[in-house]
Amino acid sequence: MRLQFTVNSRLCEADDVWEGESLLFVLRERLGLWGAKNACEQGECGSCSVVLDGVLVCACLVGAGQAAGREIVTVEGLSDDDGLDPVQEAFLEAGAVQCGFCTPGLVVATHELLRRHPSPTDAEVREALAGNLCRCTGYEQILDAVRLAASAGPARRAE
Amino acid sequence: MDFFVPRSWADALAAKAEHPAAVPLAGGTDVMVELNFDRLRPDALLDLSRVEELQDWGHDNGALRVGAGVSYTRVIDELGKLVPALAMASRTVGSPQIRNRGTVGGNLGSASPAGDAHPPLLATGASVEVASVRGSRVVPVEEFFTGPKRHVLEPDELIYAFVVRPAAGPQQFSKVGTRNAMVIAVASFALALDPEKRSVGTGIGSAAPTPLRAKPAEEFLEGELASGALWDAPRPLPERLVAHFSELVASAASPIDDVRGTAAYRRRALAVMARRALGWAWSEYQRS
Repeated sequence: MRLQFTVNSRLCEADDVWEGESLLFVLRERLGLWGAKNACEQGECGSCSVVLDGVLVCACLVGAGQAAGREIVTVEGLSDDDGLDPVQEAFLEAGAVQCGFCTPGLVVATHELLRRHPSPTDAEVREALAGNLCRCTGYEQILDAVRLAASAGPARRAE
Repeated sequence: MDFFVPRSWADALAAKAEHPAAVPLAGGTDVMVELNFDRLRPDALLDLSRVEELQDWGHDNGALRVGAGVSYTRVIDELGKLVPALAMASRTVGSPQIRNRGTVGGNLGSASPAGDAHPPLLATGASVEVASVRGSRVVPVEEFFTGPKRHVLEPDELIYAFVVRPAAGPQQFSKVGTRNAMVIAVASFALALDPEKRSVGTGIGSAAPTPLRAKPAEEFLEGELASGALWDAPRPLPERLVAHFSELVASAASPIDDVRGTAAYRRRALAVMARRALGWAWSEYQRS
């Protein structure tokens, strides 16, 4: 089937999409957006987190056809210019990136958290990121990064 | 493979009647996993995510009717006071990403013995409204499950909503797993006290081929609360009463050994959860 949707404010089209395909596959293999990572393919790890019509989802669990006509934001779309988004900067500054595989998903999830709760408590951060697994950092630096991004305030943070 | 995208409930029922083998797809948290892992190759998918009627909830003759497409996140945010045990269970589902997409209707459709929504629906005496082009029918949740991942739906039927009485008293849900997030229940338990009807409801998850009620435990507690006039003059429950209730809950289950836990552990966990849930719910009732 042929699909049309908006990805990072750009109208995109994908052809010959198999009906059982996931949104993640379309993003990575048909649109060349490799930010959302393909790891568990069962919603357990959060590394394919994207925002679908304003809602944080695992792209691997969204049917490609379910995304037709909808608006998707991937990690590639968080910054409006070529630079980094403040959440990404905070991850770098706090040393929250090791192998980097989980980072895009965590950045998207953090972005979505701070949009809803600009000054989250630690409990809220842990709850909001509970669906994103990291096997390197032990999470402490990730929590530091979220606190850092939150303290930078909404003025610095691109919506 | 076909991909059907009905925009209305009538179109969804018509599509299901014409293609009974089409697999309904809502939040995708179960079905997409099966597709991704090559375990499911249906002739067709029936995407229900654009059927607006399934996204609604409302009151109907004193009952609450919740569309099958309402996500766990919305149950938590919008229905917490009306269905507290279900909202508690919803908070334990997966992760924010999963709760944003997963639906109670999908949980019923998957009919896993471990489905988190099932014990609260059982404990609160909920029913499932199912429909086809032939008409609709209402199935009590306790008659809905027929085996592991099996239910009473006919091939042309779809789940429309669940219907439940809004909470009249304290409700609790408890679940045992290896961590807080992303956990399939090793065992779970829900309890609903209804001071208006003077009734007790229970639901057991992940400890039998289907989710089930612990009816002997319900009857025992109802009897004790009535004979001790405890509804009208609530005082701390005698330890022997609580212990016997929790034993009756544990013995209502028929658990198995599997990768998530042993049968003996599940029974033990159920007794502990039943005791705690009753303690929490009764304390709340005493305070109210």
